[in-house]
Amino acid sequence: MLTFNLLLLVCLAYVAFLFAVAFLAEKRAERGQGSWLRSPMVYTLSLSIYCTAWTFYGAVGNAARNGLEFVTIYLGPTLVMIGWWALLRKLVRIGRAQRITSIADLISSRYGKSTALGVIVTVMAVVGTTPYIALQLQSVTLSFAVFAGNDATGGGWDPSDLNFSALWVAAGLAVFTLLFGTRSIDANERHHGVVMAIALEAIVKLVALLAVGIFVVWGVAGGPGAMLDLIDTAPVGAWELRPGRWVGLMFLSAAAFLTLPRMFQVMVVENSDERHLATASWAFPLYLMLISLFVLPIAVTGLAHLPGDANPDLFVLTVPLAFDQDILAMLSFLGGFSSATSMVIVAAIALSTMVSNHIVLPVWLNSQQGGAALSGDVRGVLLLSRRVSICVILALGYIYFRLSGAGAALAAIGLVSFTGVAQVLPAMLGGLFWRGATRVGAIAGLVVGFSIWGWTLFLPSFGEGSVIPATVLAEGPFGVGWLRPHALFGIDGIDRVVHAVLWSMVLNTGVFVFTSFLTFPQPLERLQGAAFVQVFRRSAGPRGWADNRAETEDLLVMAQRIIGAAEAQALFSRAAEAQGKGGYLPDATPAFLETLERQLAGSVGAATAHAMLGQITGGSSLSVEELMRVADETAQIMEYSSRLEAQSAELGRTAGQLREANEKLTALSIQKDAFLSQISHELRTPMTSIRAFSEILRDSGALEEGERTKYSSIIHGEAQRLTRLLDDLLDLSVLENGQVTLNLAEVRLADILDRAEAAALSGDASLVVRRDAAIADAVLTTDPDRLAQVFINLISNAQKYCDGSAPELTIAIRFADASMTLDFIDNGTGIPRESQAMIFEKFSRLSDHRAAGGAGLGLAICREVMARLGGRIAYLPGQGGAAFRVTIPLGLAQVA
Amino acid sequence: MTDTPPPPDPQDAPFLARQSYVQRRLGDAARLLPLVGVLLFLLPLLWLMNAEAPRTARGLIYVFAIWTGLIVVAAWLAPRLMHRPPKAIDTSDSPTHEP
Amino acid sequence: MAGRVLLIEDEPNIIEAIRFILSRDGWHVDVHSIGETAVAAVHERAPDVLVLDVMLPGRSGYDILADLRADKVTEKLPVLMLTARGQKADRDMAMRAGADRFMTKPFANEDVLAAVRDLASA
Repeated sequence: MLTFNLLLLVCLAYVAFLFAVAFLAEKRAERGQGSWLRSPMVYTLSLSIYCTAWTFYGAVGNAARNGLEFVTIYLGPTLVMIGWWALLRKLVRIGRAQRITSIADLISSRYGKSTALGVIVTVMAVVGTTPYIALQLQSVTLSFAVFAGNDATGGGWDPSDLNFSALWVAAGLAVFTLLFGTRSIDANERHHGVVMAIALEAIVKLVALLAVGIFVVWGVAGGPGAMLDLIDTAPVGAWELRPGRWVGLMFLSAAAFLTLPRMFQVMVVENSDERHLATASWAFPLYLMLISLFVLPIAVTGLAHLPGDANPDLFVLTVPLAFDQDILAMLSFLGGFSSATSMVIVAAIALSTMVSNHIVLPVWLNSQQGGAALSGDVRGVLLLSRRVSICVILALGYIYFRLSGAGAALAAIGLVSFTGVAQVLPAMLGGLFWRGATRVGAIAGLVVGFSIWGWTLFLPSFGEGSVIPATVLAEGPFGVGWLRPHALFGIDGIDRVVHAVLWSMVLNTGVFVFTSFLTFPQPLERLQGAAFVQVFRRSAGPRGWADNRAETEDLLVMAQRIIGAAEAQALFSRAAEAQGKGGYLPDATPAFLETLERQLAGSVGAATAHAMLGQITGGSSLSVEELMRVADETAQIMEYSSRLEAQSAELGRTAGQLREANEKLTALSIQKDAFLSQISHELRTPMTSIRAFSEILRDSGALEEGERTKYSSIIHGEAQRLTRLLDDLLDLSVLENGQVTLNLAEVRLADILDRAEAAALSGDASLVVRRDAAIADAVLTTDPDRLAQVFINLISNAQKYCDGSAPELTIAIRFADASMTLDFIDNGTGIPRESQAMIFEKFSRLSDHRAAGGAGLGLAICREVMARLGGRIAYLPGQGGAAFRVTIPLGLAQVA
Repeated sequence: MTDTPPPPDPQDAPFLARQSYVQRRLGDAARLLPLVGVLLFLLPLLWLMNAEAPRTARGLIYVFAIWTGLIVVAAWLAPRLMHRPPKAIDTSDSPTHEP
Repeated sequence: MAGRVLLIEDEPNIIEAIRFILSRDGWHVDVHSIGETAVAAVHERAPDVLVLDVMLPGRSGYDILADLRADKVTEKLPVLMLTARGQKADRDMAMRAGADRFMTKPFANEDVLAAVRDLASA
């Protein structure tokens, strides 16, 4: 006999196993070995969070009550999936092109990045999903109860303990979701661990249901034929086909499949490859079919073999137990547990993203008055708000569970939820296929649909007389009969769910379309509308930004705060390269702003990203003339212009490169003159001392011994200074001509840095040098002397030029595939933007500090050395002080 | 094909055109498939016209047979739709609503 | 006749050499090394002859000279300019700025001495 404690133990072991799987998947993904994590099959399995505990327990219960009707809930999604070419493909393409983070973000982004729409959809999603989460907790608790009631030895388990167990389940889910659901804030950095775990749970629930099904068909009934006979003689043998529910539920499940926040999360946001959709288009319907294949057999077996008062919602558990199949019951329990947990985890992630991006962040940005995008810790606020949202959402689910009690049948709660979230469908489809849909129309439709849902289905679901008084249900509010929740407009006798679906969807769609006709979209709405509806036709998105004077360095600082330093720097340097420039600061062209905004939208949602960029660029988004150009329909007909565009883009890039090359040449020519004059100065100064003192020594016979020694040593010192200068010049010339022999050796990076520090600082402690701990482990194959030469230059530059009150140099390390980057960042005022491009040229001392010693050849030599070593050195703007990034290959192949 | 003046790649042009034609018809089929599915799943409603009430066992077999059929067709279409000619321009965004 | 010379120069070794050469001839030599405060130093020390380097930290010798020439008190002060940049353009610039003499480094010791003597007696 299964004891309750054993069950608990197995359950805990299973949870631990899930944690391990998620953890390993994250680890592998981090190390870039995650390609198999992203197979089409994993994608398909992750879609199975559609099948929650409602499916696992509720479908059998539903089948026992209503026969074949349960199947409509799976036919709807099947039809959507096999029709992927028309709808889902477009949805996923838009999701990727616009870096959509959630269903609320999709609607908000489509209708002009509207904050109001984001809030409305988020609130609807939270209200609609809370009962659903409660449903999952309830099903887990009920399944515990089955074993507790069945357990003779366990004793002492009363319902309050079961509530307690629901609390523990909720807390455990919160921990899992916090650990694996909030590791990254960018929606496009996907949650590998979570997806892997739910894919595993998908297998567990399928196997469990199939096992129970096979057992009842072959083990109990004795084969398919006998089973069909059993079905025929069962209470549900005559098919009471109710046309309204058959059609209505199929439509409702198809709509909910598209609009459920958790489905949108796995289907669109977590999609890493459009081709996965092609596989899922048949594989997921197959999964659904297999899941539902044995539902009816299990139901009729339960009806035939269990006592009449047995809860049909628990047949999946109680049927194996009735036949003393403990292992099967255990498997079935884990299947139900999997269904519940995977749904709750993904729903919590999806909702927390929506709440933090569409409610918390806009409020926070407004409260910070202006400068938030630059100074505030956006990342921190975002992560904290996601974590708090997850806890709040799970807490809401638990509270609803406690308040509603375990009364209503599982399927009923599920349908209430489905109808609520389906209200987003008109705004969503209208947004995808109809350019005339407007923001005001979408808001009106959503509010109307949601209100009708609340009045006719959600509020009555709390039970008669609890929220809506019984008299109102029977006679309508204030005696107005045609407003009765279950008989709007006096039409009585329709099934309640069908009634709610019918009226809410009809009025929702009607108001949405009609209001869209009456209102005129704003510029940004029209652009977004075109970008969504014609996502396949347009390769490049429309411009939402006008030319403006935004300071790119400010943009970089902001981007680093949101998407992280490495990501932001890579993005900026890519953009600079595409414009034909070097370095990290591209021009703030409309095209670049568009790219940047979309990248940020992947983290904080479209509306917030747009508002943040607006703060920095002074809101110069879109002039009327620009809009005229975009809105001009004829411009789109001229398809061949795209080729011209490509050419002119190429020309523009070349022109940009030429302009930059020309500017550099002009600057270099001026530098060459300056170079001659400089070199003359650098050579003549020591020679002056040498000549003057040698004449003194020659002409003045009566010098004291001390004076003679002193003057000789001055001559000697100056001669050495000349030699050093010539050495540097020769070194540079050799490096530039590429005639260097490298002495490669495998060395510890820390050793080279130690050497460089000792040589550069030579006991002077005025500059504090801090290093990353990770430097200690770094080993590389390079020419240690040459590399040390570069480090010495950088450290002594920091010592000479860093003007902070307590000079400090931070050396940070980061590893990439085959190279490492070292950032040398000091806390001074840094190098002014206009000088950044010239510092690596010869004799380009920024000030005339002769005190600084060198002849201005140091960084030029560094640049050449790094090129020989197969790496790079660049100035890194936007770090506060002066910052240099040195990129070194980990292993340098011996060059002949 | 021999009497046409030689374009840069005489073998490729008609072949490509044909392939993209086939691709478009496959896309049409993919859009049609869910509509066919809806019709077939609604067909049991006609059984209500019969004098005798429909039996669940029969319905079960019917629904799952159609279901399997749709899956097989979708599985046949999916890989063919993904193998598109490299430069075909997609014009497939005519509004095809889900029912 | 020996008087007071103010040397404005920043290379310590060159200062040492010029001080030696002029002191041996009986001149009193004051030294100043910072460009920004050079004009004030001239007013304070009131030398008979000014020896002025071109490349100074903070301010170029040309600018200092222009300031001196614009001031009533110092407009006649004899000035010998020294530069390590030996191009003709440099000489022209020095003359335009109002230098009385111009010498390129490295120089012969007796030339410097002769120039200072000349300027003092002129």
